[in-house]
Amino acid sequence: MTAATTLARRQGALEIKQFLRSRESVVFTMAFPVIMIFIFASIFKGDIGGGVRFTQYFVTGMIATGLLSVGFQSLAIQIPIERDRGVLKRLRGTPVPKWVYFAGKTVMVLAIGVAETALLLAVAALFFDLTLPRTADRWVTFAWVSVLGITACTLCGIAFSSVARTGRGASAVVTPVALVLQFISGVFFVFTDLPGWMQQVAALFPLKWMCQGLRAVFLPDSFAGLEPGGSWELGKVAMVLGAWCVIGLVLCLTTFRWTSRRDG
Amino acid sequence: MDDEPAIVARNLRKSYGGVAAVDGVDLTVRRGEVFALLGPNGAGKTTTVEILEGYRRRDAGEVSVLGTDPARADAAWRARIGIVLQSTGEFEDLTVREVVHHFAGFYPAPYPPDDVIAQVGLAGKANARTHGLSGGQRRRLDVALGIIGRPELLFLDEPTTGFDPEARVEFWDLIRGLIALGTTIVLTTHYLDEAEALADRIAVIAGGRVAAVASPADLGGRRNAPATVAWRSPEGEPRSEQTATPTALVAELSARLGGEIPGLTVTRPTLEDVYLTMIGSGGRA
Repeated sequence: MTAATTLARRQGALEIKQFLRSRESVVFTMAFPVIMIFIFASIFKGDIGGGVRFTQYFVTGMIATGLLSVGFQSLAIQIPIERDRGVLKRLRGTPVPKWVYFAGKTVMVLAIGVAETALLLAVAALFFDLTLPRTADRWVTFAWVSVLGITACTLCGIAFSSVARTGRGASAVVTPVALVLQFISGVFFVFTDLPGWMQQVAALFPLKWMCQGLRAVFLPDSFAGLEPGGSWELGKVAMVLGAWCVIGLVLCLTTFRWTSRRDG
Repeated sequence: MDDEPAIVARNLRKSYGGVAAVDGVDLTVRRGEVFALLGPNGAGKTTTVEILEGYRRRDAGEVSVLGTDPARADAAWRARIGIVLQSTGEFEDLTVREVVHHFAGFYPAPYPPDDVIAQVGLAGKANARTHGLSGGQRRRLDVALGIIGRPELLFLDEPTTGFDPEARVEFWDLIRGLIALGTTIVLTTHYLDEAEALADRIAVIAGGRVAAVASPADLGGRRNAPATVAWRSPEGEPRSEQTATPTALVAELSARLGGEIPGLTVTRPTLEDVYLTMIGSGGRA
């Protein structure tokens, strides 16, 4: 057991090291949500009613998008590239258990997710008047929605990595999926302003529920009534995200490929 | 148990889309020997070794590698073999030392990583990022990762493809160092000189079958093949004669020509001659 956790810890440390050394991915991953907050807060200076600024709403979508990009997008793009390069095949030739590779990716995603979210909150609170949650309850909700959300995104990202045939094609396959989800899930617009059918499609995927759970953390309780279900529906948030964790895990275990297709 | 062969394969078969890539291969690799699979591209060498390495499933046949069926390989078995794949897997932003140390952690009894780095000739590059290595240096890193776990059996799949002649000779010296440690080595190559330089025995593979297995000197029966004796007549005309008894012919010529024979050569078919004959006849020579 200790040997196994040591392997996972070492693999995670290696992944983080690799991430930190690729400057583009560090800058893009860390700075993107901050830049977006800056743009949106500069465009929409007004409030969305009840003295709540748009920034307060928008930051929930940005946190969720950040977790989606770290968990889902980065893995679904990075893993096919590593598969093409033969890194996965080489690992399969060693005695290291398969799950250690996934554990390493998960450790990296969690570390980056925490760092990126903290940076986003700090910038938004310092420069754009974001009000941070004031009760322990809300911080607890923040924690479990984020952890469940990023876990679902990570597992789906690993599963989705088998869709792209080549490393070069991966980002073309993954980016539109993420972008469409962001538009229909209430990241860039107030969710209830979207057409009803779009809301229903979005409700099938995790991002909408991550945003909704985070609104329960950052918006006043008076806004709960404005949600499509008339409340924050935290139970449903947990259920849908939990279901996507299970779906992602099953897909990982059944469809993951260690070698590229032309390689047999 | 050390008399048990490292690898036994019987009637190995594998098809892709109805085309047989491996069409009934039989192999026995003894412990401690260097065994080369020599054949042209597409002959089935890589498919064969990837079945032995546990990467591919066979359609039919019996295989035992270090006493285990590779299709049911576990971590303990993987710890006893080392694999240098045909394609290199890069770790871009990590240094040579970081990668080798990391892989050492996968094995129960690895060699000291810094010793291995020195052994493959990368001591001067230990702190260099792997994306900056030359092709030959990457291949050395591949070998380092292949041997770090102290393998009993090492697979080398076309290790010097794309090397210039000087780098190839340097790489051979590295492999000879491993041979000296007693590691059993299975080498695939399409270079005759490589098989001849390194292998104890060569299996020529063509068309998914083993055409012949022998030591480099014996391959295709060339040790006993008729020799060609060539010389120049006193008038300076080139002469040659094929004979099963070249020594007798040379003695007779020497007597006839009064001592020295002008322009004398005695040759047997080269490895290249017998190899080209074998692969030319569809592997059924």
